[in-house]
Amino acid sequence: MLKRLLLASALCAAAATQALAQTPVKIGVLNDRSGVYADISGEGSVAAARMAVEDFKAAEKGLKVEIVAADHQNKPDVGASIARQWYDRDGVDAIFDVPTSSVALAINQVTREKNKAFINSGAGTADLTGPQCSPNTVHWTYDTVALGNGTGGAMVKRGGSTWFFLTADYAFGQALQRDTTEVVVRNGGKVIGAVKTPFPTADFSSFLLQAQGSGAKVIGLANAGGDTINAIKQAAEFGITEGGQAIAGLLIFSSDIHALTPKVAQGLVLTEPFYWDLNDATRSFSDRFAKQAGGKKPTAVQAGVYAGVIHYLKAVEALKSASDGGKVVAKMKDLPTDDPLFGKGTIRPDGRKIHDMYLFEVKKPAESKGPWDLYKTLATIPGADAFRPLNQGNCPLVNKS
Amino acid sequence: MPTIFGVPMQALFGQLLLGLINGSFYAILSLGLAIIFGLLNIINFTHGAQYMMGAFVAWMMLNYAGLGYWWALLLAPIVVGIFGVILERLLISRLYKLDHLYGLLLTFGLALIIQGLFRNEYGVSGLPYAIPSELSGGQRLPFMFLPNYRGWVVVASLVVCIATWLVIEKTKLGAYLRAATENPTLVQAFGVNVPLLLTLTYGFGVALAAFAGVLAAPVYSVNPNMGADIIIVVFAVVVIGGMGSILGSIVTGFTLGLIEGLTKVFYPEASSTVIFVIMVLVLLVKPAGLFGRTA
Repeated sequence: MLKRLLLASALCAAAATQALAQTPVKIGVLNDRSGVYADISGEGSVAAARMAVEDFKAAEKGLKVEIVAADHQNKPDVGASIARQWYDRDGVDAIFDVPTSSVALAINQVTREKNKAFINSGAGTADLTGPQCSPNTVHWTYDTVALGNGTGGAMVKRGGSTWFFLTADYAFGQALQRDTTEVVVRNGGKVIGAVKTPFPTADFSSFLLQAQGSGAKVIGLANAGGDTINAIKQAAEFGITEGGQAIAGLLIFSSDIHALTPKVAQGLVLTEPFYWDLNDATRSFSDRFAKQAGGKKPTAVQAGVYAGVIHYLKAVEALKSASDGGKVVAKMKDLPTDDPLFGKGTIRPDGRKIHDMYLFEVKKPAESKGPWDLYKTLATIPGADAFRPLNQGNCPLVNKS
Repeated sequence: MPTIFGVPMQALFGQLLLGLINGSFYAILSLGLAIIFGLLNIINFTHGAQYMMGAFVAWMMLNYAGLGYWWALLLAPIVVGIFGVILERLLISRLYKLDHLYGLLLTFGLALIIQGLFRNEYGVSGLPYAIPSELSGGQRLPFMFLPNYRGWVVVASLVVCIATWLVIEKTKLGAYLRAATENPTLVQAFGVNVPLLLTLTYGFGVALAAFAGVLAAPVYSVNPNMGADIIIVVFAVVVIGGMGSILGSIVTGFTLGLIEGLTKVFYPEASSTVIFVIMVLVLLVKPAGLFGRTA
C-alpha cells in the first residue's frame, strides 16, 4: 500500500518536470518498521529520505527519484532477500538506513556482489568499515567505536575508573563492550566485571543488583532499545545512582530518552552525532520533520538517512547515472559532504563518514522545558578524534603504510 | 562472610527475593491462563496482549482522565475484562465444539492484531508510567535495597492468587465452576447457566492478566511488545504446573521465579532458557505436569 503511494507520488512529481532529460534513481529504505528499532528508524527514515529528495530539488537537477520502503524485521535472511529482489527485479540503485548490525552486514555483502550502493545509517557495528569494509558501502551516522570513545572516555575522565558491564548477549552487545573496554583501559580505567544478559530481557533487577554489589563506579549498558529503557528505569527504582554509581548508556537515542522522561533518565551521559536542538538548521529541519511524523523529533538515524540521501544524490548528479554503485560511492568519497544536519565532513576510503560527535547529558526535569527538551551538550568531539583511526580498522581497502 | 558456591549468602538472599517478585507476575498470569483453560478448554494466546492492554489502559487513565495508579489497579482490569467478555461472546464461544487448535489460532491471531494496532498508535519505545508516590523509595534490608513497590507487587499478587483460589475451592460459585469443568452437560441439566459461566470466567481470567499489566506498568517499559515476551514463559509455567490446575499454576509461578532468579546469579546466559529446560524434564517424567491429573 505504502509502496504504491510512494510510487504514485514520485510518478506525479516526475510527470510535472518531464521537460528535462531525466536520470532515473531508485532509492530503497530498508529498516525495522514493527520491532524494537521501529521508532529509531522505521517510517521516520522514509519521511527523512523524502524530505532530502525535496530539499535537494532533484527534479530541477535532472534526477527522477523514486523511493521504496520495506521491513526487514531485524532478520538478516529477510533483509538479504528483500535486497536481492530490489536489486535484481525492481531496479533499486541504492539501499539506505538498515539498523541492526547483523542485517547490515548481510546487506553489505549483497550490495557488493551486485555492485550497487549501500548507505548505512542505523547499524552500530564498526566492522562495516573494518574487516568487512566494501567499495560499495558508506557508514554514515555512528558506530560502536565512536560510542565507546565518546561515552567511555568521558566517564573515565569524570572519575569513573572502575566499570561493570551489562551486555546484551549477541554480536552487537559484545562488540560494544569490547570497543568500550579498550577505551576505558586506554584512559587508565579498569573493568571489574560483566554480565551477559539474554536478549531481550524485561527484568534487569537481578543484574543491577550484581552490578551494585561489584562496587564499580560506572555501570555500562552495552545494549539498545527496549533493553536499555528497562535497565535505566529499574536502575532508578533500585536507587543505583543515589548510591553513588553512575550509569553509562552506550547506545541511546533521543527517542529512548523521550520514552523514559528526564525524571527517570536525568544525569545520564551519552554520545550521539545529532540532536534536534543543536542549532538553527537542525531545529528548522526537525520542526518540518515533526509535522510529517506526528510530532516526533528526528533521531540521529533518521537525520543520517536525510544527509546520506542528499550526498548520494549529489554524487549521482555529478556522474549523471546511478547504475554503477561502486562509481557512485567512489564519487561520494571524492566530494566533500555538506548538509544542514551534520555540517561539513568527508567520507574516508574505508567508507566511514566523518563528522563531529557530541557528548550529552540528560537534563534534570526542572531544566527541561518540554517533552522533547532532553539534552545539554557537555562536549563536542571533533570528527578526527571520534572515530577509529583509518589504519587501525583492518579494512582491506586501506593501504597500511 | 559465608558463601554458597562462591556467591555470598547475602547476595543470594537478594536474588531469591527478586526471583519471588518475578514469580508474582508469572503466578497471576498463569493463574488466569489456567482458569481459562480449565473451564473453556481454550489456550488463550491473547493473554500477553491483554496483559499489555492492562498497562496501556492504566497509562490512558492517567493521561486522558487524570486517574492515578490506584484507580487504574481497580478499573483497568474491569475495562479489559469487559473487552474479554465481548471477545468471548463474539468469537471464542463459537469454537468450543472444535479442536483446541482453532482456539489457539484465533487467540494468537487476535494477539497479533491487538499488538499491531497499539504499535501503530504508540510506537515501540514505550510510554512512561511513574511509581505511585505512596510506594516510591525503598527499604534498606541487611542484604539488599528493596524498592517499596516491589514489595507491594509480591503482597498484591499473593492476595489476588489466594483469594482466587479460595473462591474456586471454597464457595458455591467455585463449586459450579469446578463442576462445569468436569461435566458441563450435567451441570447445565441442573439449571446452571453454563454459557454465562464460561463468559464470566473468560472475563475474569482476562481481568487477571490486565491486573498484572497494571502492576508491571511502573517497573517495566509500557510498550506494545511487553506481553509477547512474557507470555511464552508463562505458558511454560502453566505446562509445568499442569494445564488447568489452579493451585499448580500459583505454586509453579512463584517457584520458577525463584529458580530463574538463582540462574541469573550462577549462569545468567541461561536465565531465559532455564524454565524451558525444566519444562522438558517435567514433561518427560510427568506428562500431565506437576499438579495435573492424567486424563
